[in-house]
Amino acid sequence: MLGSLLTLVFVLVFNFFLFRVVQTDPIGSLFRGRNVPAATLDNLRSAFGLDQSLGAQFLYYLRETAQLNFGISYQSRQPVWDEIVAAIPATVALVGISAILSAVIGTIGGVVAAWRRNTWKDHTITSGTMVFYSMPDFWLGMILLVGFAVVLGWFPVGGMVSAGSNATGLARLFDQLHHMFLPALTLTLAYLGEYTLVTRSSLLDVMGEDYLTVARAKGLRDVVVRNRHAVPNALLPVVTLTAINFGFVLSGAIAVEAVFSWPGLGKATADAIRGPDLPMLQGLFLLFSTAVIVFNLLADLTYSWLDPRVEEA
Amino acid sequence: MTSIAMKRRRATAGRVWKEFRDSREGMIGLAVLAVFVLLALAAPLLADLRELNPVFARAQGNPQWGSPGEFGPLGTDHIRRSVWAQFVWGSRVSLFVGLAATLLTILIGSVTGIVSGFVGGKADGALMRVTEWFLVIPFLPLAIVLASVLGRSVWNIIFVIGVTSWPSTARLVRAQVLTVKQRLFVDRARSLGASGPHIVAHHILPNVSGLILANATLAVPISILTETTLAFLGLGDPSRASWGKTLEEAFVNGAMVRNAWWYFLPAGLGILAVVLAFTMIGRTLEQIANPRLSRSR
Repeated sequence: MLGSLLTLVFVLVFNFFLFRVVQTDPIGSLFRGRNVPAATLDNLRSAFGLDQSLGAQFLYYLRETAQLNFGISYQSRQPVWDEIVAAIPATVALVGISAILSAVIGTIGGVVAAWRRNTWKDHTITSGTMVFYSMPDFWLGMILLVGFAVVLGWFPVGGMVSAGSNATGLARLFDQLHHMFLPALTLTLAYLGEYTLVTRSSLLDVMGEDYLTVARAKGLRDVVVRNRHAVPNALLPVVTLTAINFGFVLSGAIAVEAVFSWPGLGKATADAIRGPDLPMLQGLFLLFSTAVIVFNLLADLTYSWLDPRVEEA
Repeated sequence: MTSIAMKRRRATAGRVWKEFRDSREGMIGLAVLAVFVLLALAAPLLADLRELNPVFARAQGNPQWGSPGEFGPLGTDHIRRSVWAQFVWGSRVSLFVGLAATLLTILIGSVTGIVSGFVGGKADGALMRVTEWFLVIPFLPLAIVLASVLGRSVWNIIFVIGVTSWPSTARLVRAQVLTVKQRLFVDRARSLGASGPHIVAHHILPNVSGLILANATLAVPISILTETTLAFLGLGDPSRASWGKTLEEAFVNGAMVRNAWWYFLPAGLGILAVVLAFTMIGRTLEQIANPRLSRSR
């Protein structure tokens, strides 16, 4: 708990100094190329506290951050926080669904692979997931996009709703799901491997235990031994992994969102890099870090709740 | 170093190689890697560097968006450059960045881990706190933010990857140092009057180096994939071809809508092959360094 707070403070300080290193004149860059009188710029600089000492600026930064004021985006000229809030739902929907799907499918794959260790099933699952794990996720997205959207034309090439569509209700939802299919498939395939490998090695560790021999000696069917006795004891690391990965839901799909023009936080990050739109990057980085810190804390708490032998960290 | 110790170490290296040779997975990985290292080294023989220059490509009369059928072996891009030349020369940057960034990662991680584990006490507490910070901060956003702030060059990318990915190495090395420190030969050396640095160099380091090597091999894929992602997001060195940059340019210039598969398939396959090769080598080394793993993996 205290550790998480300290980490958050570290991120805040780090964020401040990192962006002070380059961004010496944010007001100047905000109005670059526009005919704004020097006096107006100076007024703005003092309004944002930029003419003060570093210490005073840091306090100003803390106060503004606490009020969720991250400045104005260079690209859209809108407040950074408004831009971020507008992009959150798209990312949570896409990456959230992919995270759940990959956790479920990946875990099942890992259970099958471990239970049938060294058979063709195991080899297929293990090498298949390793291949998906070893390629850049956005490249997988590019291939799926060309194959299923450009060549076959089964899916739209990008975005979240069809252009010019004013459908509402269910029709709109189906349109969005239609757009979401390929990016979600990409992310699910890319994240699967981690779950499969962790589940597999965790289950293999459990499989030598005596209580499984006992369960078999009682005459229980193989499926029952697996699902009731082995898997529950092997799932602990998987639960932790899932909790930690949920912290990455917000920041997990930067390049994939860019490939599919999915209007979420990832695409916002990719667009901000091109600027570079430093206030936007700063706000996004702060949000991404906070999400990870919060979910790490939750993972620790769940872990000690599920396995009381673990002291709370 | 006494000759006895030398002999023993050479024997260990020989044993590791023998075990490695027996692993099919490890040898396949090594063979694939060798092919790509040769490709990178032989780049000047395989493709003219001038082919990367759009002015030269135009003067040569290369077709625009030429398919492999029109312009061998891998076609041309939106500004008539040979994709094969980009692949060959790009392999250099991707491999170099992957290896150099990993070296930096391992260096920072090992020094932190060894100091933390060996010295202990307050230094350990402080170093582990910092390690935890870097472990928690989301890796890719941190790398993006650093790279945006520092500017686009190969050296900055190496620095960014090194600075963001060392914490897991530090933890692993620290844990191993803590176990080695308990062994009798360390007490013996200490009671014979050996200094701290001597113990680290002659007793701790040889016993953690296998682990460090295995960890380094497994860290290369992460470095290469990070370089690729950063380059794809437009943070790569603008003056040099790399596989990630090829993918970026293909994407930005509409290779996908044109179905110009020859533009974006080779670079991705190259990354996949190299990453898989390092993973296979790393898993094999890990099994040799830590035989308890071989039972389950």
